[in-house]
Amino acid sequence: MTVPAEAARRRIVDLFLSSEERLLQRWTQLSGASSDELRDLYQALHAALSGEEADFADARGLLAELSRGRVRQGHTPSDTARLVFSLKEALYEVVEADGGPDALRGFVWFSRLVDDLGLYTFETYTSARERIIFDQTEQLLELSTPVVKLWEGIVAVPLVGTLDSARAQVVMEKLLQTLVDTGSEQAVIDITGVPAVDTQVAQHLLKTVVAARLMGAECVISGIRPQIAHTIVTLGIEFGDIVTKASLADALAYALGRSGVEITRGAPTRVAVRAERA
Amino acid sequence: MERVPILKLGDILIVSIQVDLDDQSVLALQEDLADTVVSSGARGVIIDITAVEIVDSFIGRMFSTIAAMTRMLDAETVVVGMRPAVAITLVELGLSLGGVRTALNLEKGVAMLQHVRGTAG
Repeated sequence: MTVPAEAARRRIVDLFLSSEERLLQRWTQLSGASSDELRDLYQALHAALSGEEADFADARGLLAELSRGRVRQGHTPSDTARLVFSLKEALYEVVEADGGPDALRGFVWFSRLVDDLGLYTFETYTSARERIIFDQTEQLLELSTPVVKLWEGIVAVPLVGTLDSARAQVVMEKLLQTLVDTGSEQAVIDITGVPAVDTQVAQHLLKTVVAARLMGAECVISGIRPQIAHTIVTLGIEFGDIVTKASLADALAYALGRSGVEITRGAPTRVAVRAERA
Repeated sequence: MERVPILKLGDILIVSIQVDLDDQSVLALQEDLADTVVSSGARGVIIDITAVEIVDSFIGRMFSTIAAMTRMLDAETVVVGMRPAVAITLVELGLSLGGVRTALNLEKGVAMLQHVRGTAG
């Protein structure tokens, strides 16, 4: 760095360090952030600039934390970036009051520094956002594939939402593993919550049923709504010898029958008797 | 070449595959099994593949062959203990093991053979 630039730099750092209260007040006004946050940030910058070697690690750490916090509070990335950039405006007012050419030249250098920090917050902001989206996707995948036990030896998978290849694979693996773990010989796949069935979804369902059969379990597909039945027939999808039922209740009754459980109607309960009398 | 032991339990033969089979062992097993079914007069065969982690199309076909072969000798074959990963692989390979009975575990396999014989005889 050339000598005049060095002088300019020293001058702007001096200005920055000497006018703490004035800068902070103006900065808080411009950015609308809490003054405590900004004071911490100012102190980190203060420490970085007054040291021999300019080390912004602390300042960056603070900024990253601030940025992540703001993601959670639902601020836009521009808001967070503006918070950092408004420091320039606050400092410029101090520079103008000083009026010296060195200070003005130094301001250009300082401005580049603040730009860097601003971009850094932007990057942290995006990566924090991506992290949240990624976590949510994983949670959704786990949430959306519960395998429930309906009866001794009968398990069911109520599918809700669109079935894509990734989900179909998770469903298949989870169902088959549950069959092994619980020793269940009957499985019901309920597709009441699946909005549409196309050839691909049907293919996934068929694969699951065949895989379950290979392991020695029987699969029933239930919850086929009238429109879906219509679509399946129109598309020419063959379900072969796979048992399909209209409702989960029908499927359960079928599975119970297959596992040798008989259901009989007992003596009428009090509620039923009262209803009959009325 | 490793030979897979064939155990006799009442009138059921139990074959528990514990190692990864090569093609030679598979062929040897088929021959041994046919011999043993005839000599022991067994009415059922259970192939336990709980320990098998990899099944290729050749082994997949072996199950069908053994099932067809033992059926001719009046013995039913049940494949038991297939792992989920193996089942998924077989489906992806397009093998559905037609004509082979399957059960979740050895116990259910034995129960299935007794049930089949009960209805037949």
